[in-house]
Amino acid sequence: MGFLQFIWDGIWAVLSLGNFALIKILLIANIILITVSYLVYFERKISAWTQNRIGPNRVGWRGALQPFADVFKLLLKEDIVPEKANKPLHTLAPFIALFVAFSTYAVLPIGPAIQIGEETVNLVVADINMGILYVLALTSIGVYAITFAGYSSGSKYSLLGGIRSSAQMISYEVSMGFSIAGVVMMAESLSPIKIVESQSGLLWNALIQPIGFITFVVAAFAETNRLPFDLPEAEPELVGGFHTEYSSMKFAGFFLAEYANMIIASAMIITLYLGGWQIPYIETLNLGTTVTTILQISAFMVKMGALLFFFIWVRWSIPRFRYDQLMSLGWKVMFPLSLLNVVYVAVIIMLFNV
Amino acid sequence: MNLELILFLILTLVAAFSSVMVITRKNPILSAVYLILNFFALAGIYLLLNAQFLSVVQVIVYAGAIMILFLFVIMLINTENEASILADKKPIKVFAIFIAVLVFAQIAYLIFYSNPAELSNGTIENLIKAGQIESIGRELYTTYILPFLIAGYLLLVATIGAIILAKKKFE
Amino acid sequence: MLTEFGKIFIFILVAILFTIIAIYAAKLIRPSRPTKEKLDVYECGENIEGTPWVKFNIRFYVVALIFLIFDVEVVLLFPWALTYQDYGIYGFLVGIIFLVVLGLGMAYEWRKGDLEWARPTPKKVDVKFEKKNLLQTNSQINVESEN
Repeated sequence: MGFLQFIWDGIWAVLSLGNFALIKILLIANIILITVSYLVYFERKISAWTQNRIGPNRVGWRGALQPFADVFKLLLKEDIVPEKANKPLHTLAPFIALFVAFSTYAVLPIGPAIQIGEETVNLVVADINMGILYVLALTSIGVYAITFAGYSSGSKYSLLGGIRSSAQMISYEVSMGFSIAGVVMMAESLSPIKIVESQSGLLWNALIQPIGFITFVVAAFAETNRLPFDLPEAEPELVGGFHTEYSSMKFAGFFLAEYANMIIASAMIITLYLGGWQIPYIETLNLGTTVTTILQISAFMVKMGALLFFFIWVRWSIPRFRYDQLMSLGWKVMFPLSLLNVVYVAVIIMLFNV
Repeated sequence: MNLELILFLILTLVAAFSSVMVITRKNPILSAVYLILNFFALAGIYLLLNAQFLSVVQVIVYAGAIMILFLFVIMLINTENEASILADKKPIKVFAIFIAVLVFAQIAYLIFYSNPAELSNGTIENLIKAGQIESIGRELYTTYILPFLIAGYLLLVATIGAIILAKKKFE
Repeated sequence: MLTEFGKIFIFILVAILFTIIAIYAAKLIRPSRPTKEKLDVYECGENIEGTPWVKFNIRFYVVALIFLIFDVEVVLLFPWALTYQDYGIYGFLVGIIFLVVLGLGMAYEWRKGDLEWARPTPKKVDVKFEKKNLLQTNSQINVESEN
């Protein structure tokens, strides 16, 4: 028994290193992978449902194993790099896309702090006091994946798609930044956890600053390159856009990154505007700590599911913008609105001294 | 050797290596990629010095915005013509050498003749606080309010100037 | 004891490792039989014409310029936003002045038509139309000359 106890102590020491950092990292990495693969499945199912089709139903029960079949198919495909391509950059681009998509999760909290033994564990990998800026910084790096992919493929479609997409992403990044500034003013903090805590009760930022909420959601759609903003892919005019020349796992890299970015965007919207894991006035029910925590984590998951459904719903309901409409929407509507939102929040804080 | 020192050494090596690669690559796009890597290494060094805001600004503005502009310019100018752009333009080369010597002299002067400990009048706690965004915000309001607003006007001038220059050059 | 930035560092290392595994693991099992046709870039099945690095519109460059300037302003706004509640009416005025200056730059671009994407490209139409029809044709041409 003493020996087993010793081994257990050793394992426990490694696991609990740095506030259970390793466990959280592995857990988050796995959650992302599973969510992303099932998000693809649900997208196909929901699109089928929208268009009155059946959707994938052959692999497993009602096609539930379809994601795995897709992954194996892509694993077994030949990886083709065109002769004219700039090979190092062609390989680098999907790396950047995946890397950005995965490392953003490090600062997004999925629940309140919980007690394990004597330690308080935050349900976030790292609680840095400038988490929101970290996300913004990584978002601005994500543009490179598409620019490099477009440039290095050596194909006209890729180049045009890549350039269009990077111009689109940088245009909406500005209004995203200004919308976030409004939230930061309310919360007086850049830490995602503090921002969530500042939205207790019904003080959700979506209700206080609806303009900022709308501009942020639209910018999030544009940043993730989802319809109605999927100009870079615009099949009828640009074939596949920046990933025309990608195949096999490199294509899968872009594909996974797009869905991972959707999850990040939803998590950001929830954290910044929809009160994060909070359920309004749950403290008044006196449910006990454990039940409350479980309910709050489920609340986060439900909000996440609803937003992801919204992302897919919009994709299959709204047609694509034309490029000039997209740019004038970004600069002439979203940008002034997000500026107005900052002024509006400043006035609100002045008046009510929240 | 503590962890901080090891990290610092790795980051400085990456920074030095990438800056050498920037000036030796034939393909300007690859130069740009190494410049981005260099900015990342610098951001890491700022983080080690606990200058959090500076490191994020380094990534958002330099790696995120300025390099995108560079890439667009490189793609806009046909890269195959690079040699012809630089050929028979002696004045540009002389000017480049002049600027390089000037910047090098400045950096050398700063390294050898200034005492960084003097510049920051304060204890370690103050130094740690100085890099955080809150303290930068406070300083911007109180001590540096005029430079802050002047920076705003400078950006306005930059907006107008950039547009006028871009139109003059290309249209 | 790990600092919070240390955890981020580990997380980023895991992310890099994961991406490398995800993309290179398949190398062991996938085939590699390149042929000339496979290695060509896609151009609707035709032979490839000219260089793939075509010239694109100068407007993309202008957008990147505008973005750079406003990105700097966003970054400058964050320290202000963070400490806004501590400074009352004084902070409010500072912020408003900054935002008005920002808005001026915006207004200038708007006025000068730099936010316009499809620029009016007057094209002569040979056939004589009624004035009303001519206007319609022109607006159609503008829409088409998007890139």
